[in-house]
Amino acid sequence: MTSQLGHFSLIFCIFFSIFIIFQSINFFFSKKIIFKSSLLSLIFLQLFFVIVSFLSLLTAFLYSDFSNVTVYNNSHTSKPLFYKISGVWGNHEGSLLLWLLVLTLFLFIFVLSSKKVENKYKLLTIVFQEIIIFGFLIFIVFTSNPFEYLYPTPNEGLGLNPILQDPALAIHPPILYLGYVGSSLIFSSSLSAIINNGVNPEWAKHIKSWVFTSWIFLTLGIMVGSIWAYYELGWGGFWFWDPVENVSLMPWFCLTALLHSIVVLEKRNFLKKWTIILSIATFALSMSGTFLVRSGILNSIHTFANDPSRGLFILIFLFLLIIMAVTILFLNYKSEETRPNNFILLSKETAVLINNWFMMFFLSVVLIGTVYPIFLEVLTNEKISVGAPFYQKLMVPFLIPFLIFMSFGPRLRWIKNNFNKLNFKLIFIFIVTSLISYIIVKYSGVRYLFSTLLISSSFFLLFNTLVDLFKKTVQFPQKISHFAFSVLILSILINGIFSKEFNSNMKVGDELKFMNKTIIFKSVNFEEEKNYKLLKGNFKIIESGKKSLNFIPEIRIYNQPVVSTSEADIKTTLFNDNFIVFTLLKEDEIFNVRYQYKPFMIWIWISILALTFGGILAIIKK
Amino acid sequence: MFGKKVKLRITFLLLSFISLILIVFLIIKSLEENVVYFKSPTEINDLSELTKKKVRIGGMVKKDSLEVKAEEINFIITDFKNEIRVSYSGIIPNLFEEEKGVVAEGFIKDRNFFIAKKILAKHDENYMPPEVKKALENK
Repeated sequence: MTSQLGHFSLIFCIFFSIFIIFQSINFFFSKKIIFKSSLLSLIFLQLFFVIVSFLSLLTAFLYSDFSNVTVYNNSHTSKPLFYKISGVWGNHEGSLLLWLLVLTLFLFIFVLSSKKVENKYKLLTIVFQEIIIFGFLIFIVFTSNPFEYLYPTPNEGLGLNPILQDPALAIHPPILYLGYVGSSLIFSSSLSAIINNGVNPEWAKHIKSWVFTSWIFLTLGIMVGSIWAYYELGWGGFWFWDPVENVSLMPWFCLTALLHSIVVLEKRNFLKKWTIILSIATFALSMSGTFLVRSGILNSIHTFANDPSRGLFILIFLFLLIIMAVTILFLNYKSEETRPNNFILLSKETAVLINNWFMMFFLSVVLIGTVYPIFLEVLTNEKISVGAPFYQKLMVPFLIPFLIFMSFGPRLRWIKNNFNKLNFKLIFIFIVTSLISYIIVKYSGVRYLFSTLLISSSFFLLFNTLVDLFKKTVQFPQKISHFAFSVLILSILINGIFSKEFNSNMKVGDELKFMNKTIIFKSVNFEEEKNYKLLKGNFKIIESGKKSLNFIPEIRIYNQPVVSTSEADIKTTLFNDNFIVFTLLKEDEIFNVRYQYKPFMIWIWISILALTFGGILAIIKK
Repeated sequence: MFGKKVKLRITFLLLSFISLILIVFLIIKSLEENVVYFKSPTEINDLSELTKKKVRIGGMVKKDSLEVKAEEINFIITDFKNEIRVSYSGIIPNLFEEEKGVVAEGFIKDRNFFIAKKILAKHDENYMPPEVKKALENK
């Protein structure tokens, strides 16, 4: 019953889309360009029906209505309430519905919040956004309908993949989608701005808060995903350079570049074309991200069993959108990009440009590493994968100059600077940096030139951003974010260099020595929960001169589907994480145990939070 | 001959062109070095020359072949045509079981011995790496 309601609401929405596009174009070409409130009501009605449809899928999940195929495939009566809710978007069909919900919601908020802008611009933005909504609606209704009917109704569902039954992964898709979908609005509005010849500082000021919002959500979404990978997958890392992770990083680079260039456009009316290209690229990358994850084209460890045939539709749709965008860009762009007369090499503009070029380089490395295997397979039928060494090798040498530029760039002023005074502070920072790096390199046994340079340059950035924190010339949100970024890079680096791990097959009662620690496997207990059985391991780590630590990692064996997962036990302090995870081996006697020591782990998460906090401040301050 | 502006623009174009070529060259070169090829046990058996590079092997863990020792595990990956012994020490994913699909990454020692450095985890018990599927279909 609810399923039919949901299905029909979606079909209603298709008609609404067509009607809204038609109306907006009509208004656009009418003599006196007006924005009638009827259009707003239409957009609101469309949002309302999408919400109805989403809620009906939610109800179907809550009441375990197995006559719905999506519910049958992804839910189970014994599943906890929280995961019944998150099950709604834990699958292909539901996640697309969530995309759609955010798309319509954002359009509504956009129309509500932009009262002061020109009607022409607003109308066209609505048209482009509705084209995207229309495409998604068609895609959902015809190829991935979440309201498919199943008869006869089964008594029990297949259950949600246990690895997804986790609080972090329950909120990961919605947050990430808010970021992805936010970029759709930037896309629509930039296309509208080109046609209306309105790519100017006012537009930049208007769209800036959307750029920041998407960037914040995208950053947080990626972070939640990495936290999940860190504690749930049991290998202790937080970034694997897996294609599915990469597709979220690519729009992030693009959006970060956009975040900087939009400020130049706002303050200096410069970099117009570039900003538009970035807006289009961000959206294209976001959409292909969703597409690649769900299509199964990518060979990733995160890939779930799926149906590649759907991929074709969204690929065609994506191509059409990009072709449309590029055509609009070419047809409408008069080359009136006047190079500002007072463009001087040593200025903030240049600094932002340099930032953008670095972002584009990082983006292309990730892009090539991610899509190259697909092309190679099509062309030669050879199957390959590109691993972490490729990315590290290409990124690290460029990260060093990037960090150094980042230490100076934000200090430059718009238009013109004087560098007459010899800066003693800088020299002092340089000396301190060199000393600290020397000590670290000496005691850690880092033997590679690049790692040494990377350590020095990130410390250099850290101190410079720290000094900036107390300066008045740099904007406050920017200070916070740049400082947070330097902490992020440094903690990733230290974490990478000083992490230690130990891995062995152990029986209960075994004692093993590792570094100056003794790891004792004390016992295993068997317990039962509502929807899984669990083995609770009891480990003790004794280190001379320190309090001993007790660890209780778990192995959960879920009832439906029968899958075991490992829950790591992590003891977090400000300076390090101690991490123990164990997995079942052949019999119930011997377990594969992994102990990890990860310094500064929590600072990675704290600094990302601070990074986004800077973004939030930037929106509020505006 | 040219004005100052034109000269500047030409230098700029040339510079960006050169750096573009350099970057592409750099990327392609590191791709060649860091790419990991995927092979099935049969493909390894058919190799004319054993590679020293890192490869991935996909197939099924043979029934009753898993042997657990303190520091390592040994098992056999099969595609039902050929098989290869694998020795591995490291973290073992939860979905690693006999008679289930597996992808191991490491180095070929000889035609029937492989030292794995990593066993790749999967998230979905229904999921089978496309390579494994293909290798199994071709059996």
